[in-house]
Amino acid sequence: MLRLIILNLLLACSFAVHAEKKILTVAAYPAVDAIVKAALPAWQQKHPDVEIRVVGREYADHHTAMTTALATSSNLPDVMAVEYGYLGRFAMGGGLEDLAKPPYLASQYREQFVAFAFAQGGTTVGPQAAAGAQSAIPTDIGPGTLFYRKDILDKAGLQESDLTGSWDAYIASGKKIKSATGAYLLAHARDLKDILIRANVPAGEGVYFDAQGKTVVASSPRFKIAFEQAKAVRSAGLDAKIGAWSNEWGEAFKRGHVASQMMGAWLGGHLSNWLAPQTKGLWRSAPLPGGVNAAWGGTFYAIPARASNKDLAWDLIRHLTLNKDQQLAAFQQHDAFPALKVAQTGPFFEQPIDFLGGQKARLLWRETSMAIRPTAVFKHDPIAEEIVNAELDLVLTRDKPIADALKDAGAMIERRARR
Amino acid sequence: MFKASVPYLFLSPFFLLFGIFGIFPIVFSFVLMFQQWDPVQGFGAMQFVGFENILFTLEDPWVWKSLANTFWLAVASGLPQHLVAVPLAYLINEKLQGSRNALMGAYFLPYITSTVAIAMMFTTLFSTDYGLVNALLETLQQWPILSWLIPKQHIDWLGTPETVKPVIALVVFWRYLGFNLILYVAAMQSIPRELYEAARMDGAREWRIFWSITLPQLKPMMVFSLTLSVIGGLQLFEEPFILTGGKGGVEQAGMTTAMYMYRTAFEFNDFGLASAMSWLLFLMIAVMTWLTNRALGPQQESI
Repeated sequence: MLRLIILNLLLACSFAVHAEKKILTVAAYPAVDAIVKAALPAWQQKHPDVEIRVVGREYADHHTAMTTALATSSNLPDVMAVEYGYLGRFAMGGGLEDLAKPPYLASQYREQFVAFAFAQGGTTVGPQAAAGAQSAIPTDIGPGTLFYRKDILDKAGLQESDLTGSWDAYIASGKKIKSATGAYLLAHARDLKDILIRANVPAGEGVYFDAQGKTVVASSPRFKIAFEQAKAVRSAGLDAKIGAWSNEWGEAFKRGHVASQMMGAWLGGHLSNWLAPQTKGLWRSAPLPGGVNAAWGGTFYAIPARASNKDLAWDLIRHLTLNKDQQLAAFQQHDAFPALKVAQTGPFFEQPIDFLGGQKARLLWRETSMAIRPTAVFKHDPIAEEIVNAELDLVLTRDKPIADALKDAGAMIERRARR
Repeated sequence: MFKASVPYLFLSPFFLLFGIFGIFPIVFSFVLMFQQWDPVQGFGAMQFVGFENILFTLEDPWVWKSLANTFWLAVASGLPQHLVAVPLAYLINEKLQGSRNALMGAYFLPYITSTVAIAMMFTTLFSTDYGLVNALLETLQQWPILSWLIPKQHIDWLGTPETVKPVIALVVFWRYLGFNLILYVAAMQSIPRELYEAARMDGAREWRIFWSITLPQLKPMMVFSLTLSVIGGLQLFEEPFILTGGKGGVEQAGMTTAMYMYRTAFEFNDFGLASAMSWLLFLMIAVMTWLTNRALGPQQESI
């Protein structure tokens, strides 16, 4: 009898616990945290019994905190926002739930997303690759574009097609701009290298590694061309030698000292909001030179393998990524270009953008996003990038022969990747 | 029985905190030194690799490059601190006693200012096209003789490997001068005044007094503050990190060992390697501290 009472009590207790509000934690960085918060009221109508905590941290802090959380399996959020640059590290570590498996079966949504974005959320190398694992679902993307100053081009007597025809034409136009207006073609020669090594990556390969995880830095023509063009830009004095996101970078945009900048379409929002609002109407957006299509970053949502509310987390992720209104709202309010195809239609995309002189640039960005091909991400990408940048510095400032620089970079990356 | 354990109870908070935040990380990093560990995979992914991390560290050209940068910066920022702080302390203590506190406060201010604010201020000052330093140089360039010495083109202070180190050293010097100054002024105040009076009665001049009384009496403090400078210099992280945007700057000319260590752990996700580096750095600091004490410390008597 006594046992029965205790059992009943225990059962009652456990029911009481279940009746309490469930807590779902979402960890994100700006402006993803704001996007999630804005989306909550609609989602909570479906789940009134769930309380949601959005933990927002600065971009780098967020990813450091997530690294620690994955390492210690403590304080793991149920939904984790991951930026593309960190996805390789997180996904290959096996700390993220494979969303291709039941009960998620994420592959059924593949067709609804921009192809490259969904593919990048998948694990393409490592032990999970064969199973076609899907580590994360894309929410926003950064279709690459060339922002340029129309007024500076006009002064130099140039057309948009003079910039975008080919990379040689881009550099030749840069010389004309420099002599006619004194403005630099671009902020840093490294920017040019960064885009050229991402152009025409063979399917299944990463930027720095092939499908087998062997580095291609020394052998791929992409790196040779990229280094040569960066060197050409530096020799002609066409770059301002300014790193992105520095104070000088913003100042150069404000004063019109830099004529063009290649970056994700979201830069338009940054330029008009805080970098150089006074240059409204002077900028235009064009396809990247030479018919290249590339993406700058992108945000994904993932579920940690040891998260506690996986089903609810999955429901929230679907709400954030598969809901057209939600995706469009994020684009309108936070310049988060939708990864969901159906959200890329409608009147908002046809609207002219005042900051870009009334250009209907969103249509161009949509076209770009469709043409981007996925690249594989690797665990050693960050160190490979650092090594390549260091060698490029030597080429640009010490006239190190490009062939030697690439050979050295390849050897150093090889050494790291063996670990 | 209970009474006997009370002291331990009262002591326990300290030992608990010290154990968690002091001992544990040290032991953990020592263990990590012999492991291959990608933290994202969780604790279970640790793999014992013996001395591989240590060998890799010793063969890594970037470790040696960062060590060279660190030593360069430690000397270029540390030595001037003391060469300026000692005479300055003497001046303030002996000649400017009226405004001593105000002066010491002014010199100490950079030490307590936020590093981020400092870095923003100096990046603005040393900006290539919009900075005050280059604007000043441009004006000086107009003058007859100086036009020979100063280049016509703006100097890319933070973007040239040859100039980024001196700029970092300058910021570190500017920041820690006040700290050393306070140490030296405090030490000078403890020197018995009778020594000075006796010297003056004997007709000693100011220079002689400084050389034969102040300096020898300052020696224990010099050993102490030089040791602090050696340790601080070799652990240099904040100033170069922020001035070079966290990446080490062109050709990694501003990448110190502490920075490389941090990046290896948190950017390149290799905690084993980073731990090996940290122990290498610790060894270097221990040796340098020992050498400093050996060279300057008390020869005959021990403290």
